[in-house]
Amino acid sequence: MAEREDNIISTKEITLHMGPQHPSSHGVLHLVIDMQGERVMHVEPDIGYLHRGTEKIAENLLYHQFVPYTDRLDYMCAMSNNLAYVTAVEKLIGIEITERAKFIRVVSAELSRIAGHLLGLGAWAVDLGAMTVLLYAVREREIILDIFEQLCGARMTLSYLRVGGVRYDFTQGCKDACSELVKIMPARLDEYETLLTGNRIWIDRNKGVGVISAGDAANLGLSGPSLRASGVKWDIRKDEPYLVYDRLYFDVPTGENGDSFDRYMVRMNEMRQSLRIIEQALRDMPDGPFNVDIPEICPPPKPDVYKNMEALIHHFKYVSSGFKAPKGEVYSAIESPKGELGVYIVSDGSEKPYRLKLRVPSFMNLQSINHMSKGRYFADVISVLSSLDPVFGECDK
Amino acid sequence: MTAQEILKKVKDNFRHSVLEAALFRNEATVLVDKNVLRAVCNYLKTDPDMQMNYFVDCLGVDYHPAAPRFEVVYHFYSIPKKHRIRVKVKIGEGESVPTVTDMWSAANWPEREAYDMFGIVFEGHPNMKRIYLADDWEGFPMRKDYPLRGYKDRYNPFGEDKE
Repeated sequence: MAEREDNIISTKEITLHMGPQHPSSHGVLHLVIDMQGERVMHVEPDIGYLHRGTEKIAENLLYHQFVPYTDRLDYMCAMSNNLAYVTAVEKLIGIEITERAKFIRVVSAELSRIAGHLLGLGAWAVDLGAMTVLLYAVREREIILDIFEQLCGARMTLSYLRVGGVRYDFTQGCKDACSELVKIMPARLDEYETLLTGNRIWIDRNKGVGVISAGDAANLGLSGPSLRASGVKWDIRKDEPYLVYDRLYFDVPTGENGDSFDRYMVRMNEMRQSLRIIEQALRDMPDGPFNVDIPEICPPPKPDVYKNMEALIHHFKYVSSGFKAPKGEVYSAIESPKGELGVYIVSDGSEKPYRLKLRVPSFMNLQSINHMSKGRYFADVISVLSSLDPVFGECDK
Repeated sequence: MTAQEILKKVKDNFRHSVLEAALFRNEATVLVDKNVLRAVCNYLKTDPDMQMNYFVDCLGVDYHPAAPRFEVVYHFYSIPKKHRIRVKVKIGEGESVPTVTDMWSAANWPEREAYDMFGIVFEGHPNMKRIYLADDWEGFPMRKDYPLRGYKDRYNPFGEDKE
């Protein structure tokens, strides 16, 4: 690094604006890059082009009405966002969901992790010129989206999880589709690896690029695969287990060098671990109800409404006024594909959150882009940005 | 350490400055005096039993029309010890909070966001400007007295009229 610093030939400093409409900026990201020739001196991300005020909207909605808005955060893996939100609300009202719902949630969260990583990987590869990988990754992502469609009718904006459980049962058909995925996916992952891992261009563009030490990464607020690539073994699924992750066997892959290549390897291995988790969760999934038996929180099924007076009342109450949550404040975090996705809710005892704060990993991870790309070539900014895998629905909230 | 132990340790160390300590759903929350915020943060970061080396988040909460109006909430996590704590300070309108960006670089953007949304100024912050909204935006949209649909102007015909 020191040698490289010395090599900079001082010329007139130029400022380059990359984005907000740039094919490799992964959305509406605007980077203001100060450069000396090809060398990057400073990168200043300018975000907010997709800011919709989600938190303000949440303050004006009933607890259960906010679930569809979470789909629009990290739209590459909507299930994880649903999970983070409903877990926080359940923690606030203090209910325990059924055993079956826990397993269904684990399977859906891991499916969406694979879907998110696949698109992150595909976009990254196409940014660095490997078009094929994107096509292959999207092909496999399609299988997962088909499973989602079978599960809840939607492919991207799922809203499958609800406070107190899930919206529809996990049918045998879905189970078979997941088993099929678990069977074919490892070979497909190997296929990507043959295209990338040993590829000289891929190695040149990623090895030793965007290096960040473990200390710096933690200090800058990196989380998820990007932090683990620097050798920090911190995974919320292991360290503060939620759902049934403490009963499933999986490893937490970590890197050593903290460069873009390690971030790639960590994501690859994470997908393999997710498949392991799905396989076990499918095997251990018990029968039984998939919603809690509290009609105020989970209204009875719609057909009952026409026959049963009480069911009708519960339905009416749920839709018109929602349910109240006790006064207090909770913070609940899950390990989303991008990192720690946390939801902080302040409740004043009414049926709407008084304040809802989303701690979104893309936002926090993006802070480190200056640290990672300073002193390097401009082309490395693309690799660094892709390796952070930001999604702007989430970053801009 | 469990949440109770964390609370007890912080209370013992900052006896007169911890205004409130609460345990809800097994989460430790301390409300501290604004003047000791940096001392508390430094303690949480450096104490060998605490080691809160990871800055999770920082945000504002508006309790309009109560006084003092705002609360600034910090979440910290310790990667080696695997425990969390929430630290809060209360400030009035127009008051500022000392920054913690020199202790955790991660605080940079969340503090800017709190400024952007609530107008809470963090003293000593290296780059205290708006992060999401345009630089010439008027008002702070997450405040409770800011209308949900914003104010009426040529781009926003559905907004509320400014009085």
